[in-house]
Amino acid sequence: MALLQRYLRSPAAVIGLVLLLLVIAMAISAPWVFPRDPLSLAGRPLQWPGANPNFWLGTDNTGRNIAAQIFHGARVSLLIGLVATAISIGIGIVVGALAGFYGGWVDDVLMRITEAFQTLPNFILLLVLVAVFGSDIQTVTIAIGLVSWPPSARLTRAEFMSLRSREFVQACRVLGMRDARIIFREILPNALPPVIVYASVIMAVAILLESSLAFLNLSDPNVPSWGNLIGAGRGVLRVQWYVSAIPGVAILLTVLAVSLVGQGLNDALNPRLKSR
Amino acid sequence: MSLLSIEGLTVALPKGGDRPHALRDVTLELNENEILCVVGESGSGKSMTASAVMGLLPEGVLAESGRILFEGRDLLVLPEPELRKLRGARLGMVFQEPMTALNPLRTIGSQIAEMFRVHTQLSAHERDARVLALLEQVRIPDPAAAAKAFPHELSGGQRQRAMIAMALALEPKLLICDEPTTALDVTTQAQILELIRDLQRRTGTAVLFITHDFGVVADIADRVAVMRHGEVVEQGPAAEVLNHPRHPYTRALVAAVPPLTPPAAQPLGGETVLRIEHLTKTYRKAGLFGRNRRVTHAVRDVTLSLPRGGTLGIVGESGSGKSTLARCLVRLLDPEAGSIHIDGQDRLALTKTELRRDARRIQMVFQDPYASLNPRRKVGELVAQGPMVHGTPRAEAMAQARELFELVGLDPRGLDRFPHEFSGGQRQRIGLARALAMKPEVLVADEPVSALDVSVQAQVLKLLAELRTRLGLSMVFITHDLRVAAQLCDRIAVMRQGEVVEEGATAEIFANPRHEYTRALFAAVPGQGWTPPVAFGAEEMA
Repeated sequence: MALLQRYLRSPAAVIGLVLLLLVIAMAISAPWVFPRDPLSLAGRPLQWPGANPNFWLGTDNTGRNIAAQIFHGARVSLLIGLVATAISIGIGIVVGALAGFYGGWVDDVLMRITEAFQTLPNFILLLVLVAVFGSDIQTVTIAIGLVSWPPSARLTRAEFMSLRSREFVQACRVLGMRDARIIFREILPNALPPVIVYASVIMAVAILLESSLAFLNLSDPNVPSWGNLIGAGRGVLRVQWYVSAIPGVAILLTVLAVSLVGQGLNDALNPRLKSR
Repeated sequence: MSLLSIEGLTVALPKGGDRPHALRDVTLELNENEILCVVGESGSGKSMTASAVMGLLPEGVLAESGRILFEGRDLLVLPEPELRKLRGARLGMVFQEPMTALNPLRTIGSQIAEMFRVHTQLSAHERDARVLALLEQVRIPDPAAAAKAFPHELSGGQRQRAMIAMALALEPKLLICDEPTTALDVTTQAQILELIRDLQRRTGTAVLFITHDFGVVADIADRVAVMRHGEVVEQGPAAEVLNHPRHPYTRALVAAVPPLTPPAAQPLGGETVLRIEHLTKTYRKAGLFGRNRRVTHAVRDVTLSLPRGGTLGIVGESGSGKSTLARCLVRLLDPEAGSIHIDGQDRLALTKTELRRDARRIQMVFQDPYASLNPRRKVGELVAQGPMVHGTPRAEAMAQARELFELVGLDPRGLDRFPHEFSGGQRQRIGLARALAMKPEVLVADEPVSALDVSVQAQVLKLLAELRTRLGLSMVFITHDLRVAAQLCDRIAVMRQGEVVEEGATAEIFANPRHEYTRALFAAVPGQGWTPPVAFGAEEMA
């Protein structure tokens, strides 16, 4: 409760939370507000927003309803963000925890692997993965998770390194606990807060990565994602710029919301840092 | 007129603190050529008094009323530039932790010379000469080399000497020492105290000495002020306050100082529960191609034994290997040679799995009550955890935890709380309950009272002594404090640089220390000439 109170004290964090809730509401309500397939032909192509009361955000260059695509796209973007983040944090925590707890050669091996991933620009790596394994939505999501775990592994490792020498960990060993129990039940809860905060950054990046793929026409064309819509609008960018701009704004607001929530969580979890 | 007089000083804390005032109506006087000791426990406001005099109050903390008169001028209303001229030149300060008080990137010499650069017009040549003279005055070995050294290249005691040299550089009228010996070993502490006393006599400086240790007070104070919760509860000449304390709080504090005479020895059977033989542990630092390669003999060929129901004290200064020995006993560290037998079972021959299964034979209480409890677990769970790991059902383990809470003097209703809701002394009791939950045959206690205030320390010592007789506990007790060892231990082993230099029954060692190092340790215990007038533990805090 104290956490919620501290969180609500920051106006930016509240704005972020409201925006995020709005996006979630759009995602949930999409099948009721726009029951038709958002990728089906709805009307004359390239109608400006407001020109036709049936299409209040207009239509794109193949005559699909932009508003319907935005609502359904919210589902896709949030889903990709959540699943990719879960994958990336999951790998990151396991790698970081093992490396930080055991040190020595375990640390060396795991960190060299992490560095191998980090030295490659993650978008290039993502392109390679998509090129090899195809571009349906599951593959894209897993690929995004696979390219974005190294920072969370490093973060978890740093936390574990400072926590493993604490006396309470030694106390657990003296009590005769197994390593796995010490790592995941005793140390991990103490190491989690900064990782959870960092998850918001990963989620924002995951949404952007998917959009970037879609913009290059490399994402799954059979789902109504915001990135696909931007990609579609690319051809008419100079005249009918709204086709790309509307999903662009949607991405901007969602990423902003996720970042603000993460920042707010960070301040609420570390109240002492804020007052300095 | 006195040099420094604090009159009715009240300092407010920011809103939302645990109390509205850091200091309330504090009135103190300090004359020239006099040492005033301000004594108190943590949170008593003793350090805040020093900060107020130096004008170094933390942000958001303001002096509400009162005056601090130094040579007739009120420091509280003096503008900052005037105050700056006084600090360093007329007011010197020595901090508790010399490593953090010195700039790690500059040499000792240049940091002392800075005092002259800021406050005087001396030439570089004259400055260097003065720095050398100062370092000689504080009796640093090889002053010329020390001036060129960086802080990390000196020992703790030498660093504190350098800090004192810096504080005394401009011959201030008033020297404030904020627990200057707390971070130091007892033999070093004795040297620094003697140095401060000696310099004070020679220069006639007034010293405001902040400490929590009545032994130190007995050694150097001319006058004493006792503080509690931001108020001065008693002040007067040292002999008066030390030998005839009037205020109940002062009496309780004095009663909490363990006397140097061990109580009558308890009868012990001949059976040995723990036997350590030729134990050796070395730390190796590998260097590339053999450069900087270092081998530290943390524990060297240690042979000791503990009779059942007895307490073996392991006494030594920092770096003596006493904590390494404790960690080898519970196998947090693996010694490379020797043997440890508990009840005839060779602990070093056990595999990791066997060791885990047999963890209950030997348990440990840790030093730091803040770091030794997982902050995200309820304390009841922390205590019940050990038996649960070894297969005791949860309900039974929790019922046991409840009993243990009563045993160590805690309210069982606190089982559902988190560690941060408890004070340091209470947490140490929780740590003890956690170890006792395993029903160990041997309990290893690594400096369990050194992080606690003196009155809490006395209570925990009393509890340990009580449990020892009630449960027939066999204990290995690690400490740096001979006073504590005297009260609790049946046998004492004195360690230095990894080796046991002397071992024997407590009464014997206290009456007749044979090794020269043991004698040096005894000689360094502060406040030897003073016997507390109130019996140990006879009176407690209200």
